[in-house]
Amino acid sequence: MTLIHPAPVRKSVVVKATAERSFATFTSGIGRWWPRSKSIGSAPQADVVLEPHVGGRWYERGTDGSECEWGKVLQWQAPSRVVLAWQIGSDWKFDPTLVTEVEITFTALSASETRVEIEHRHLERLGPHAARIREAFDSDNGWTGVLKELSGFLRG
Amino acid sequence: MKNQAAAALSALADPTRRQLFERLRAGPRAVGELARASPVSRPAVSQHLAVLKAAGLVRDKASGTRRVYEIDPKGLGEIRAWIDDMWESALRAFAADVESEGNPEPADESSKIA
Repeated sequence: MTLIHPAPVRKSVVVKATAERSFATFTSGIGRWWPRSKSIGSAPQADVVLEPHVGGRWYERGTDGSECEWGKVLQWQAPSRVVLAWQIGSDWKFDPTLVTEVEITFTALSASETRVEIEHRHLERLGPHAARIREAFDSDNGWTGVLKELSGFLRG
Repeated sequence: MKNQAAAALSALADPTRRQLFERLRAGPRAVGELARASPVSRPAVSQHLAVLKAAGLVRDKASGTRRVYEIDPKGLGEIRAWIDDMWESALRAFAADVESEGNPEPADESSKIA
């Protein structure tokens, strides 16, 4: 048996800025540049907030003051790396039991250039497909190795 | 259990499959149509589409004598395409902001005015 899952979404860009500035802009400054069209909430997006510590909330605020959770901070290694939990399901709703990971790394290429890389992974945990994976696990057929790999998903 | 039981295959790691998925983002396509625009053979295209389907990314339906594939709106296809697009525009906006004159220096705790 082979478990097939979608590849992670990967993006990267090289910016003319130090790793420190890139990290600070991406994290504490996220509300300044996040595209307002990329919104989950019901009200138009007014702000995006990423609380700068492990366990910090990641959410958007609507123009009506409502807050819509996106996820949380899983790892915080300024200024080189941050790992976020993106917890929006395929029904476009926040699901505290769902954890897909977004890792953002900041690599200094020179004194004034930084490569920023994004990997959004474990997308197989999203949506109805995840239920099918769970069924396969619950059967007596084994899949021990896969189970180990995705044990986080089951615990969720 | 054999080791292969644990083999996880990334449905979009293969460039041909990625290309087919990208084409379906533009709208439903018949297998023949996809095969004509692809450098690989029609049976190979069908196999790649089957892998995408097994991964929950696309679905197929019969349309007359043709088999038509489309992004699975109830599956992972739609949300993956959305996430891909989200990070694409987010990274572009981030790059523009971080390089702009108006971007403040990172907060320096030692020089912060209470």
